[in-house]
Amino acid sequence: MPWKKVVGLLAIMAVFAFVFILAGCGGGQEESTGTASGEMAEEQVLIHNIGTEPESLDPAKITGIPEGTAVYQLFEGLTRITEDGLKPAVAESWDVSPDGLTYTFHLRDGAKWNNGDPVTAYDFEYAWKRALNPETECEYAYQLYYVKNGEAYNAGEITDPDQVGVKALDEKTLEVTLEAPAPYFLSLTSFYTLYPVHKATVEANPDWANAPETFVSNGPFNLENWEHHSKLELVKNDTYWDAENVKLDKVILTMVEEQATYLTMWENGEIDTIESPPLADMDRLRAEGKLQTKPYLGVYYYIFNTEQEPFDDPKVRKALALAIDRKTIVEKITKGGQLPAFALVPPGIPDAEPGSDFREVGGDLFKEDVETAKQLLAEAGYPNGEGLPEITILYNTHEAHKTIAEAIQEMWKTNLGIENVKLTNQEWKVYLNSRDEGDFHVARAGWIGDYADPMTFVDMFVTGGSQNDGRWSNARYDELVETAKNTGDQKVRMEAMHEAEEILMDEMAVMPIYFYTLNVCEQDYVRDVFWDPLGPPHFKSAWIAKH
Amino acid sequence: MSRYVLKRLIASLITLWVIVTLTFILMHSIPGGPFSYEKELPKAIIENLNKRYHLDWPLWKQYLDYLVHLIQWDLGPSFKYESMTVNDIINKGFPVSAALGGISLGFALVLGITAGVISALKQYQWQDSLVMLMATLGFSVPSFILASLFIYIFSYKLHWLPAAMWGKPEQVIMPALALSALPTAFIARMVRTTMLEVLSQDYIRTAWAKGLSGRVVILRHALKNALLPVLSYLGPLTAAILTGSFVVEKIFGIPGMGRQFVTSIYNRDYTTIMGVTIFYSIILILANFLVDIMYAYLDPRIKVTGEKE
Repeated sequence: MPWKKVVGLLAIMAVFAFVFILAGCGGGQEESTGTASGEMAEEQVLIHNIGTEPESLDPAKITGIPEGTAVYQLFEGLTRITEDGLKPAVAESWDVSPDGLTYTFHLRDGAKWNNGDPVTAYDFEYAWKRALNPETECEYAYQLYYVKNGEAYNAGEITDPDQVGVKALDEKTLEVTLEAPAPYFLSLTSFYTLYPVHKATVEANPDWANAPETFVSNGPFNLENWEHHSKLELVKNDTYWDAENVKLDKVILTMVEEQATYLTMWENGEIDTIESPPLADMDRLRAEGKLQTKPYLGVYYYIFNTEQEPFDDPKVRKALALAIDRKTIVEKITKGGQLPAFALVPPGIPDAEPGSDFREVGGDLFKEDVETAKQLLAEAGYPNGEGLPEITILYNTHEAHKTIAEAIQEMWKTNLGIENVKLTNQEWKVYLNSRDEGDFHVARAGWIGDYADPMTFVDMFVTGGSQNDGRWSNARYDELVETAKNTGDQKVRMEAMHEAEEILMDEMAVMPIYFYTLNVCEQDYVRDVFWDPLGPPHFKSAWIAKH
Repeated sequence: MSRYVLKRLIASLITLWVIVTLTFILMHSIPGGPFSYEKELPKAIIENLNKRYHLDWPLWKQYLDYLVHLIQWDLGPSFKYESMTVNDIINKGFPVSAALGGISLGFALVLGITAGVISALKQYQWQDSLVMLMATLGFSVPSFILASLFIYIFSYKLHWLPAAMWGKPEQVIMPALALSALPTAFIARMVRTTMLEVLSQDYIRTAWAKGLSGRVVILRHALKNALLPVLSYLGPLTAAILTGSFVVEKIFGIPGMGRQFVTSIYNRDYTTIMGVTIFYSIILILANFLVDIMYAYLDPRIKVTGEKE
């Protein structure tokens, strides 16, 4: 009788379920730790999870990490950011005029598109003007605002692209004129918005970037296959000028969103590298030596709505900022090796002196101190929190943000006696809308730098800045940012930005909580992946060891 | 019959129109738009984007424009994915979701009916208890928990199956199981109840009395009648599988349409929200419609004539 088999099957399934629920409680992994050697494996294929379908693969149309990850392997700019800093890429060398305003890039002879055409200065000129053209709707066009008239052209104030300060002098020479000296401009040329595109292809076919057949690129890898919402397959590009130093034959980028799923895939050896494992597994992975914590240029902070009582009083803002315990938050909640933040700009950004770090030079700009906090609150007219209106902390719906907000709520209550702190969460775009409209008391925020210079953080809080949702305003701060933006003298710039940051923290316009880190898991046979502190990884030099 | 079909068709179109209109209104009334990002865009670019997608038009005009295109089954470009139109998203995603849904449906029917019949025949014996225990579990444990549990057991612990992705037969097993748990449980309970009812009826007793074999009595006489309610459940069953796929596809990284449905709302990808909602509605309406017709065909007591009595 067939039903007996069915019942048997059901019983077996049930037994399995029970056994493994029980086994799960015991834990215990008998995974063999690999025996990866220094030799290269036969099969040079690396599988990395990017988590989600890229919006596009056109360098002018992308913004996110998944997109960036794909495009960094497919294209190459004038320079390339590597483990050892900025290196020449399509540009072999460059000259900078003494006033720091004109950059002349000399392009490499061997640089080719994967259809065999040489990569020319005209391609760069075309690509940059295209990105700035408001018709292109490039969301990261502001990365080119340092170029003369870039912003004016992008904003539609001028319509003649010839006025934009980028010009191909000949096939191999690109001249760039800047709006103002910007010492970090060079590092921006390694960013995808400033990548070249193949002029003839793009002009002929607006949909060129949608399918491998029409896709023309100049990076270490070619687009071979694009299975939407599933995976991207990239293969080594033999026409790439530095192909001899590219060891991987193939890079597969999978699009598995669910954290627990991709972690299991990684632990099963189905994928080789992942970013951001689930919070719940952080401690275990670290204990097992599977978690790597990398620097990441970002800061997690709370914004005060400085137009509202009581947050219009710097004393209140300061009291709130001094009365929380950041160490507990990073150790007990975020668990990813994040650093408590006592300033705005994260470590990892060079200062004026070679080899120095902006954060180290600046040091911590305030100290947690409950007694001072209490005193400040009393001075502001709210002794022991009495008389304070209700405070609501706004965050976008996410478990980690919620836990942090709860901790801060508790710390304010215990340390300052503030009883009426409420939490409210909103779906991402609703939350952005509330922040933008100033419809909040205290809001959670995070910022990842666009380039490795303090300016990417400092210029957020100028009066009227698009990120300045707390609408804080300080004339001296604005002046200092302006000074820093208009000089090429690194010493003057850095000094101005240090002073600006001190003002910001003295007024506690925003409350820094921690500096981000990037948590990754790599199989032990994966070698030399470069995890960029600004975001997407680079696989140009990566390889797979024998295992 | 044809009059009934026509009537149903008109009713379906009206339902669809109501869905389109409501979705349109709701979608535009939630705060935040497709181009609100943390890093705000310059005004000129937002203006161009709004122009391209006609978001600068008054809402009624956008709505009418949408209807005109919808009639030609042109669902517009995706706001989020530069490389795809909504038609592309559906054309690529639906076959995947349909394959997963079809397999789950088949699984639910076969396992659910078998278990239900066994349960009825062995009422109050251990087989019955086991089936009912499993059914209660299938009912109450949501598919995303089952999905995670399956991944934990069969991938992480046993290494039998790949944890996620799509394309190979072994990648279908876990998502199909997770997705079919609820409908299987439902069918099993339903078949059990109707079987018990049918088995106590006179004509079954007659059949036994005539000395017919057990198989003939159960399969030909009892089961055929016990299955009718299951058939009427096929409509809601399709719905359960479709909505279940939203979560299951995300967990297993399956490039289907269910995943699109949820993410498009987070992204405020207006055209995709509309397109996918409409497509799902059509499938559901169609499924219910087919069930009604089949029902009439199988049960002579029900007539589908639209005639006045």
